[in-house]
Amino acid sequence: MKHTIFRALGLVLVMTFLCGFLYTVVCTGVNQLLFPHQANGSVIEIDGKTYGSELLAQQFTKPEHLWGRPMNLDLTSFTDEDGNPAMYAWASNKSPAGEEENVLIQERIDALLEADPSMEGSPIPVDLVTVSGSGLDPEISPEAASYQVHRIAESRGISEEAVQAVIDRYTTGRWLGIFGQPRVNVLKVNLALDGILAD
Amino acid sequence: MNAVLQYVLYVGILVAISVPLGIYMSKVMDGETCIVSRVLGPVERGIYKLLRIDPNENMSWKKYLAAALFFNLFGFVLLLLILLCQGVLPWNPQGLPGLSWHLAFNTAASFTTNTNWQAYSGEVTLSNFSQAIGLTVQNFVSAASGIAVLWCLIRGLTGIKKYGVGNFWQDLVRCTLYILLPICLVSTLVFTQQGVPQTLSGNRYVDLVEPIAADAEGNYLPDAEIDVGTGTVTVDGETVEDAKIVTKQVLPLYPQASQVSMKQLGTNGGGVLGNNSAHPYENPTILTNLIEMVFLLVIAVGLCFSFGRSIAKRGISGGKKEGFAIFMAMFLLMAVALWIVAVQEQNATPVLAHNGLVDTTLGNMEGKETRFGMAASNTWAVWTTCASNGSVNSMHDSYTPLGGLIPMLLMMLGEVVFGGVGCGLYGMIGFVILTVFIAGLMVGRTPEYLGKKIEPREMRMAVLLCLATPIAILVGSGIATLLPGTADSLNNPGAHGLSEVLYAYSSAGGNNGSAFAGFNANTPFLNTSIGLVMLFVRFVPMTATVVIAGSMAAKKRVAESAGTLSTSNAMFVFLLILIVLIIGALSFFPALSLGPIAEFTQMLGLH
Repeated sequence: MKHTIFRALGLVLVMTFLCGFLYTVVCTGVNQLLFPHQANGSVIEIDGKTYGSELLAQQFTKPEHLWGRPMNLDLTSFTDEDGNPAMYAWASNKSPAGEEENVLIQERIDALLEADPSMEGSPIPVDLVTVSGSGLDPEISPEAASYQVHRIAESRGISEEAVQAVIDRYTTGRWLGIFGQPRVNVLKVNLALDGILAD
Repeated sequence: MNAVLQYVLYVGILVAISVPLGIYMSKVMDGETCIVSRVLGPVERGIYKLLRIDPNENMSWKKYLAAALFFNLFGFVLLLLILLCQGVLPWNPQGLPGLSWHLAFNTAASFTTNTNWQAYSGEVTLSNFSQAIGLTVQNFVSAASGIAVLWCLIRGLTGIKKYGVGNFWQDLVRCTLYILLPICLVSTLVFTQQGVPQTLSGNRYVDLVEPIAADAEGNYLPDAEIDVGTGTVTVDGETVEDAKIVTKQVLPLYPQASQVSMKQLGTNGGGVLGNNSAHPYENPTILTNLIEMVFLLVIAVGLCFSFGRSIAKRGISGGKKEGFAIFMAMFLLMAVALWIVAVQEQNATPVLAHNGLVDTTLGNMEGKETRFGMAASNTWAVWTTCASNGSVNSMHDSYTPLGGLIPMLLMMLGEVVFGGVGCGLYGMIGFVILTVFIAGLMVGRTPEYLGKKIEPREMRMAVLLCLATPIAILVGSGIATLLPGTADSLNNPGAHGLSEVLYAYSSAGGNNGSAFAGFNANTPFLNTSIGLVMLFVRFVPMTATVVIAGSMAAKKRVAESAGTLSTSNAMFVFLLILIVLIIGALSFFPALSLGPIAEFTQMLGLH
């Protein structure tokens, strides 16, 4: 029995070294070497200034920007190096059959119609009124992007075709034509509209 | 049409990969030479030498059990210490303090039991050290422990008047070195190439395109006019006192890729980040999603085929058919579950449709990611609760009432629809023994499985295996709902609130770890009771399995006769499914009807 106890303890320590320390260090080293951009968060950096990560959503509310999924913001959990609050977000975890969700969806519909009353009567794609699973979904469906073309074009004073062309440029289809859903990267569209991201 | 194609292909890819993997695992665990032996053989022998382990020792069931339990106990204690002392340990660029005693207990129990229930959110609670040296190690060895015990049972079922059931040290080391580590090393590369971070340098802060305003308490101020230059925030023309302007976003960076690989493969499921594999930093593309999704089940499915091969090799005629019969029973249950969830989620709810103001062609998108959509989210939800994995790529709390009922039911069935690696299959073999016994009673035959007589001792243990989960779930959630404090933890009111409590204990009771995540489980009572439930349902069935293995090994094999009930034909598959459903579903029908079923009927009445 004594031998069993010692070996159990020894094996825990050996495994901790092998699967904890060694595994993590090797993976980190190799990936930092091969894929430094992705391994450090896929940050969009242009001329030394950062514009967020292409993988994480930001909140857009200005009429001239493409809006993403509604966000459940958290402005208290994180502070940056200078002690200022930093933005993060979570899923809502609301029941889609509940009264609370009912109220929230009405608010989101109202906000969209207030920003562009001309869209009254056309149904809103469901991803524009629901919070995503991560709370930080960087993408929306092409339908949800097209729904906003009129508003963006009007507030920027450019043609709807020009806006749609930018959206199309940052639209990704299904993988291999089969898997997943077509989607539009909201941050990239906005950076392109603002003339920051050139293709 | 595309959705149907996706569902079919997902299932097809899973099975296609699991068959060769199953054969490979059978070779590894039976000690045969395999492709990685040349490279990893010296490492394996080095470990034995260092710890003075004799790999040829054939342990008695008592010794095997003691080895497994002590190994898990030390793993538990080490993890507990790491979590409590997090503040003074290295690799902590986030500067996070140690965990409270109850959260540390709950988390240590959760990861040593292969549950990975998370009462915390990683990005605000755990350092790199706790994640990589604490949790990831348990992700490996808890999975390996489950597979080891399964092989102990295989040896027991096939041994003839034998004393030994194998060598726990060898089982654990071979499983980790030859199966888990090589696959994870490859997938980590793919994950990072696709965008999953892998760094030890800690969080980054980057600029937002549109600054955000918050009041003094940090609440978001919509419709605020922000002047970043002067730092003033005005709402409806009035300046807000002490308002804060948020100009930066946090990027939660960890060694994610290495940990995500293992949490998926070992049916662990504990994400680095609170929102798990829904988070783009754990699952950025549909390719990573496909790999992570296949990882959810591939070992558990493959083990059915390993089981068949390994018992056939030990002289059970038609052994492969026995493995296939168990696979079929599990597969059919999974397919039906997937179909129900797919239909429910696609139909969405009247609340979402909002009298036609919202176009719900894309289905119930609350809590789901755009890149995954219905097919990839729903398949994941079913597989992760089949597999006792518990990682999520969409929020189960936000599923439609019946769409959320199915994942819960799959956990309540005791995680035997493929289930956790190793433990799912030995749990199912418990049900097989029960089925053989009941069928034997009905037709007046002596109950036998694989040529071994089932006697009172094995029956007692099989009942323990089958009933541990229902008892733990019902007693746990029953006590929790009676306590007044539990109501404060709920995120949704009414029937959905009861579902949140029931889901929490089902998740713990099935060693699953997924959650109706709005439920705040980080309280002393919930942490302690959920932690105890997880330990109970992990180690009671594990013990029962080793006891069965020991007593079966000592028996002689009886010749097959006209009176032998076949355990590999379609009739038996049907009976097995029936017994699983009767035990599981009937135990939980009253509770389910007060939770998700009540919410479903309310939903129909609301509009």
